Amino acid sequence: MPNTGTQSARLAPPKGRDLLNASNIMILAGFFALMVWSYIGTEFSLRSLLGGESAVQIWAYAKNLFPPDLSRDFLLKTGHWTLETFAMSFLGTILAVLIALALVFFSSRNLMFAGLLFEMERSRPWLRVLRTGLYLFAKSTLNVLRTVPHLVWALILVFAVGLGPFPGMLALGIHTGGVLGRLFGEVVENVETQPIEALQATGASRLQILFYGILPQVLPEFVAYTLYRWEVNIREAVILGYVGAGGLGQQIQIAISLFLEHRLLTLIIAIYVIVTLVDYLSAYLRSRLV
Amino acid sequence: MPPDSLTFTKTNWNGTRRSSYFPVIFSVLFLLTFVGSYRLAQVQPLLLFEAEGRRNIWKFVAGMFPPDLSWDFLRLLGRPILETIQISLMGTFMAVAIGFPLGLLATSSLTFKGILNEREIAGSRPRALFHKASYLLARAVLSLFRTIPEFVWAFMFVRAVGLGPFPGVLAIGISYAGMLGKVYSEILEHVNPGPLEALQATGASKPTIVLYGLMPQALPNVVSYTLYRWECAVRASAILGFVGAGGIGQQLEISMRMFNFNQVFTLVAILFVMVAGVDALSARARGAIMGRQRI
Repeated sequence: MPNTGTQSARLAPPKGRDLLNASNIMILAGFFALMVWSYIGTEFSLRSLLGGESAVQIWAYAKNLFPPDLSRDFLLKTGHWTLETFAMSFLGTILAVLIALALVFFSSRNLMFAGLLFEMERSRPWLRVLRTGLYLFAKSTLNVLRTVPHLVWALILVFAVGLGPFPGMLALGIHTGGVLGRLFGEVVENVETQPIEALQATGASRLQILFYGILPQVLPEFVAYTLYRWEVNIREAVILGYVGAGGLGQQIQIAISLFLEHRLLTLIIAIYVIVTLVDYLSAYLRSRLV
Repeated sequence: MPPDSLTFTKTNWNGTRRSSYFPVIFSVLFLLTFVGSYRLAQVQPLLLFEAEGRRNIWKFVAGMFPPDLSWDFLRLLGRPILETIQISLMGTFMAVAIGFPLGLLATSSLTFKGILNEREIAGSRPRALFHKASYLLARAVLSLFRTIPEFVWAFMFVRAVGLGPFPGVLAIGISYAGMLGKVYSEILEHVNPGPLEALQATGASKPTIVLYGLMPQALPNVVSYTLYRWECAVRASAILGFVGAGGIGQQLEISMRMFNFNQVFTLVAILFVMVAGVDALSARARGAIMGRQRI
């Protein structure tokens, strides 16, 4: 980072010459126009937010939240829902890794039909078509999994297998599988080629090259991405409860709909605790494993 | 057997971190967590293959085709699509407005550590404590903002200020302020301190140092990360409609609840195009900014 620092510092424009040129003014004007457009479009009101009606409403609502409901009974239940949410994110992430690993090697161009591994191959058109077809299939599957938001997946799966954390876990796994598949794919397509070249020169088969040349390179990054997505997933697991996928989200929906504000605060504290814990755990594992 | 093979690669590369118990403990804990989670989440894989589940999924897939492209439906969508973009923009503006000052406060090299603060803090203990306290407070607020998912924020704001795009903007503004503030402070802590010290030696005040020493260095990274967050905000604001915070999500929820899966198909396709468009736009802008920096 210090390196880029000095470079950009050198670029700090001398006053008056670079700052007010036409393109910068255009960018600023466009920026300002976007701001006004969205300010009006969203019925945003700064005045009402800073001391007006909205401020009063928000303040009143926040005051209602206190004190949190700390009765023993409710705390025990909250603990159970928190664990349920955790389980959802944990299993969802594992499922996502399985889906991503199943598809990622088919969706990597350098493993399927292009580049170093295929330079010397005899030309067999039907095999090439087959490989390209597999590649397109894997790639588009990952795209579909990723494009459909996890909330929509959850709705579909609740519809298919009923309420509870199980559809939530499936929804997380499916959506995250698509995301991880893409991230993993980028890692695999950007591996160092020298080890592969060296292995190929020894006459290793493609499968051997995959295991000894590519996997050792990509595994640490796979783990890093997986842990990062786990952090995202614990937050999304909280959300999924809203559509009936169990855990804290469902209880939050109930608490908000029935005006049980004290309980809501307890649940929010539980979210804070579990999300922070997972963040720390993931950071710790990353420092140990990667 | 991921844990074993993983530690294997690591310990081979640098023998300093060799720890013999870690893989064992890790594997056991992993297995225990897995089993516990499996029972807690009531996993029943067979449910997916039961007749009813299969029928429901089939109903869903069959219902998607043909996608609803009737003019009556599409006409309904123009406004929510624009609204989604507007929510994401305004939410990001608000997030920057809240996150940037908090990020400055949460930058240890600005508030209490290092050469910029040595003289000021050296003499008086209360002032040193005040600086440290403002730093810790800013960190705590940022962490609270970003830990609660934007969806939950939106839920509460809808309750507090009513339906419409406004609570959506507030939700994105608050939760993204937390993420932006944290990353801003990380960027600011890693700038080259040389120019800052030089400015201080000339007797420049702190705001001047921030403006002329810090910002020129940090701006490309700050802008590029903000743009990336805007991409995420578009995705998020499409979802927030589920709780009544405006945008295309509201229509998505209605179609879903009414079992109009052909409309769901259209909406998801629109969402895909929208997100892809925003991604491409922001990637180009980021490329331009970072390219400028690299010259």
